[in-house]
Amino acid sequence: MEIRIESISKSFGDVRALVDVTFDVNAGELFGLIGPDGGGKTTLFRILTTLMLPDSGNAVVAGYPISDYQAIRRSVGYMPGRFSLYPDLTVEENLKFFASIFGTTVEKNYELIRDIYVQIEPFRDRRAGALSGGMKQKLALCCALIHRPKVLFLDEPTTGVDPVSRKEFWEMLDRLRQDGMAILVSTAYMDEASLCDRVALIHQGKILTTDTPANITVTFGRPLYAIRTSNVYEVTRDIESYAYARTIYPFGEHLHYTDKREKPDPIELEDFLRGKGHHDIELTAIEPTIEDAFMELAETHSQILTQ
Amino acid sequence: MKGFIIKEFFHIFRDRRSLIILFGMPIVQILLFGFAITNEIRNVNIAVLDKARDEASERIIEKMLASGYFVMNGYLETEDEIEPIFRKGKIKAVVVFGPDLDRNLTAGGIAPVQIIADATDPNTANTIAAYAASIVRDYQADINPNVTLPLETIPEVRMLYNPELKGVFMFIPGTMTVILMLVSAMMTSISIAREKEMGTMEVLLVSPLKPVQVVAGKVLPYILLSSINATVILLLGYFVFRMPMQGSLLALMGTTLLFIITTLSLGIFISTVAQTQQMAMMMSLIGLMLPTIMLSGFVFPIDSMPWPLRVLSNIIPAKWFILILKGLMLKGVSITYLWKEVLILIMMTLALIGISVKKYAIRLA
Repeated sequence: MEIRIESISKSFGDVRALVDVTFDVNAGELFGLIGPDGGGKTTLFRILTTLMLPDSGNAVVAGYPISDYQAIRRSVGYMPGRFSLYPDLTVEENLKFFASIFGTTVEKNYELIRDIYVQIEPFRDRRAGALSGGMKQKLALCCALIHRPKVLFLDEPTTGVDPVSRKEFWEMLDRLRQDGMAILVSTAYMDEASLCDRVALIHQGKILTTDTPANITVTFGRPLYAIRTSNVYEVTRDIESYAYARTIYPFGEHLHYTDKREKPDPIELEDFLRGKGHHDIELTAIEPTIEDAFMELAETHSQILTQ
Repeated sequence: MKGFIIKEFFHIFRDRRSLIILFGMPIVQILLFGFAITNEIRNVNIAVLDKARDEASERIIEKMLASGYFVMNGYLETEDEIEPIFRKGKIKAVVVFGPDLDRNLTAGGIAPVQIIADATDPNTANTIAAYAASIVRDYQADINPNVTLPLETIPEVRMLYNPELKGVFMFIPGTMTVILMLVSAMMTSISIAREKEMGTMEVLLVSPLKPVQVVAGKVLPYILLSSINATVILLLGYFVFRMPMQGSLLALMGTTLLFIITTLSLGIFISTVAQTQQMAMMMSLIGLMLPTIMLSGFVFPIDSMPWPLRVLSNIIPAKWFILILKGLMLKGVSITYLWKEVLILIMMTLALIGISVKKYAIRLA
């Protein structure tokens, strides 16, 4: 096991950033920490990379307790959420610099970063500050990998990156995992969860669940309907007055609906909406996604909190 | 370490603004202070009201103009013209020769020479009057070498170490301290604060680099640059302004290096407190530059300050360095006479480095 987190808690004044967080990440595993902004992801990363001390709880990273910060700092790679390279240095100079502070050279570990580096190599003499968002992240990944770390921490690496570059980025992570590296990656994009081996859903500092993406969607456990309409606002308001309505959430252009009954009656719902004067609606049964599961779990979580 | 220092040089040479501050400012400041901001007088416009019109008055006028301090602006005919010509503002002094000057002088009597100066700027007026008076006295002594002047005590003032009272001798040590303070302390504190502000400090922390290595990597390039600056200033002082170099050159270099390290440790200390570049700059400017200019004895003499400021001046490193510089360059004393000043600077440096290492965060706040 490369990362073992045992009931870590951390507060900033009255704000509880992390509450009793526990999970493990294995070698060769791509583990996703999924949750919205402000959920506590960055705080957890900073504790695991020894940049912050937890208020309570323990963690072991790459075989060392987090109190042994010098040993951990030698064996992990960390890519913070903010772009943290030197914008006035070129691509190549940044890479060389990070290799040098870890006491290695670019040549020694070139094999590991080659697949990524070839994509930015045409711009090797360009200043890092002048790169596009996707290129910047690829360079930052190279810099975090250059000393061949045992554990890799990537804090929201795909935020602000175009869809094509995002896809490429995840393909690289997939290859790194095959090399046996343990990778903990955080993201606010729920659709990226399915690319991970396992995920932990985090919300308001609490881990809602930890499982494989497939299992998480299975545990959703009730029929789900997508409603397509041109009048999202009115339809949402009207469904809230429907007797069997359980949840209704906007998902892009659609609305996702669950019913209070075990076996919902879609025909009846359609009739109900027509009765309210909505004629352009389209109702289809769909498979739940991670995001549906997240909304469901977050809802239950806040209900527990309010009780 | 090597990689870190190379990176630091890239930062310095790619940031045009800081490069101008680093190398342009020292030269501009020295030249400004040396040539423009000076309390010496030169080319002062004078007018003459000559009632004698004899050989003596002519010779005295000749002597005054030959000195380079004065420029003849015209002759007046009557006393009534004196007031209006001062009002016009161009004339700083009027020299009035009484009638029968020649006879009075050769007889060893009192020379009826009057010097009227424009005292709207009192310091300049004083200097002008003193210069003019000494030229007249010289002339008197020239023509009467054997005549014993009436018995009176004339104090002979000798200005030691800077006989011509050249302001630039004061300005060069002063400017050098100010510039080293600015370059070393401000630039290092800003460059460390920049790593914090840009978030790169976060990555540096999660690396095997020790705090000492980060700080040393930041400081070493600036030691080199500051030494270059100090050398440029000293060369300008020596060759352009004829600043004397009485003492040991080796001692001068050693103490300059010591002061550079003192200012760098001040910069490191500031950066342990400041989180942003802006904050580091403000702290350097207000916390370091102002006291260095005001309280180091560079601009205002420390001895004439009220006692709280005199006490405060003791914690200004620049004060001690200026004392060392003056001692070595002007007085030519041996370094052993300056052991107290050197020791104080060493103690200050050690204390600052000690506090900084203790305060240096191994984690984020």
